[in-house]
Amino acid sequence: MTAPLPPTSELQVTMLRRMLLIRRFEEKTAEAYALGKIGGFCHLYIGQEAVAVGSLSALRDDDYAISSYREHGQALVRGVPPGAVMAELFGKATGCSKGKGGSMHLFDAGRRFMGGHGIVGGHIPLAAGIAFAVKYQGGDQVCVCFFGEAAVNIGAFHEALNMASVWKLPVIFVCENNRYGMGTAFERVAAVTDVVEHACSYDMAAEMVDGMNVLTVYEATRRAVERARKGGHPTLLEVRTYRYMGHSMSDPLHGVYRTKDEVEEQKKKDPITQLAEKLKEEKVIDQSALDAMDGEIHAVVEAAVKFADDSPDPDPAELYADVLAD
Amino acid sequence: MPTLTYRDALNQALREEMQRDPSVFLMGEEVGVYQGAYKVSRGLLEEFGAQRVVDTPIAELGFAGIGVGAAMAGLRPVIEFMTWNFALLALDQIINSAAKMLFMSGGQLRMPIVFRGPNGAALQLSSQHSQAWESWLAHIPGLKVVAPATPADAKGLLKSAIRDNNPVIVLEGEMLYNLKGEVPEGEHIVPIGRADVKREGTDVTLICHSKTVAVALKAADQLAEQNVSAEVVDLRSLRPMDEAAILASVAKTNRAVVVEEGWPHVGIGAQVVDIIQRDAFDQLDAPVQRVTQADVPMPYNKHLERAAKASPEKVAAAARRVLYLE
Repeated sequence: MTAPLPPTSELQVTMLRRMLLIRRFEEKTAEAYALGKIGGFCHLYIGQEAVAVGSLSALRDDDYAISSYREHGQALVRGVPPGAVMAELFGKATGCSKGKGGSMHLFDAGRRFMGGHGIVGGHIPLAAGIAFAVKYQGGDQVCVCFFGEAAVNIGAFHEALNMASVWKLPVIFVCENNRYGMGTAFERVAAVTDVVEHACSYDMAAEMVDGMNVLTVYEATRRAVERARKGGHPTLLEVRTYRYMGHSMSDPLHGVYRTKDEVEEQKKKDPITQLAEKLKEEKVIDQSALDAMDGEIHAVVEAAVKFADDSPDPDPAELYADVLAD
Repeated sequence: MPTLTYRDALNQALREEMQRDPSVFLMGEEVGVYQGAYKVSRGLLEEFGAQRVVDTPIAELGFAGIGVGAAMAGLRPVIEFMTWNFALLALDQIINSAAKMLFMSGGQLRMPIVFRGPNGAALQLSSQHSQAWESWLAHIPGLKVVAPATPADAKGLLKSAIRDNNPVIVLEGEMLYNLKGEVPEGEHIVPIGRADVKREGTDVTLICHSKTVAVALKAADQLAEQNVSAEVVDLRSLRPMDEAAILASVAKTNRAVVVEEGWPHVGIGAQVVDIIQRDAFDQLDAPVQRVTQADVPMPYNKHLERAAKASPEKVAAAARRVLYLE
């Protein structure tokens, strides 16, 4: 089904629910990490919810999405069950990657969620390749690719954008500009700080988008989807967003590279609060409906944790499974 | 049986597999209009069109990644590198994306992709264009690696590689493209993982692959003049490696020399020696010898270059050493 433009009230409520699910899921993830139930690198999405929700809500079920290692939110919006995501973070056999991928490698091929990828920018050509296959097969699907602004300094970004444009591939590059590559402010390491300008080098459509406003993200993506479906024209979206948490769980909340005040200032533009207030003003929902929604989501997240807790570790024989296909 | 060059045998394999399966396509620099830097793809653009014979910009990392993405979405890409020296730029995609995809997705995403191109030293190309990369690639779980020495094996192994559901590295000998030999017509498949005895003998086993097979065969001729009967075992496949074939020959001859184009330190020969010392220790009558490229970057000067390369004389001398003849 084609996503409506502008988004209906019903869809806006769905988007609110999706953002809230990500927020509560990630809060619980931080808790579980602190309890030692999750290991390794773990990158939270809190603050950036509007990007995943706005863009992925503009897709059809048969479209593709692919992301970096900060991808819990995108997996949830694509419909990967919260239990399967949490179980993956816990390294359990019931995880969406059978406990072998972990936080950075969530996969659900059936839902066309083509992974979490751990090398900065390395998956951007993969997105172009998926779009290449769509075009080769004569389909009208699109592929949405998420990456941070720091990936724009990587060669893979430029090679992929060039070929996507030369070959008119139906791919939408969503740069989630949260201003910091780990602890390095983008302006300290990038000669061009408006990512959107890079599109000029590749004769590509582009938009700068307010990433704290889910509806703006949705509408920009919806336009990009239309361009891609019609003529296979790729788009670069620079979505200005902000992560409230550290780069990963091993990074303090604001650290030495940004101030507490800056983080607090950004929180005033919180994407969930913004949409909730708007929908309340428009009398689409009221506070009690909102509270009920939050309660339901809490229950969903609690159930996901219980599912992950109760699930078994992978069988030891799994160590040697799936290295090679038959 | 028709006689073909190694180049034309590869061309025949590509043509037959592209005729057989519409999801197979060829992508790389100069593969189409130019007809291939080494003419392996001659005539394919005319037969299959620009959608299936895709000329790329010089962007190894990018188009290797596009191949990986296309394989994730159901195609069977054949990615040509103009030489493996340039493929170093694409190692992130080969190793971090292609080789790991099945495993880290918990078995969801197969990776039926071929990475192929010329490997090993040519003539007077100096340090950056004369290198043998097999030990790097054979190190990686999730990859298969083949290195054919004859036109018939080139055809049969490339066909197997294209039909395999895993990433397969096909290392073509840069100096072998003009080599002629009999090649079976039509369905000729050489299974991956099986070595081939290219010459039978009883006194010493010469273990080799790719271009060093011809070197070992010449050495065997020289040794025959000295009444030494050498058996030449062509590994053909470096991952998986046919351990049974190596052990069967050593059980017969009790002596072995391993020959390769690569450098000695942590080379393919080191792995072969490990197999022999582990499983044929009691059958050995002498320590195994290795003949490799000198442990230096390849020089330009032709006398220095000759001194750096494995040669029949060096192999014959090593064979005499394991026979205690010198």
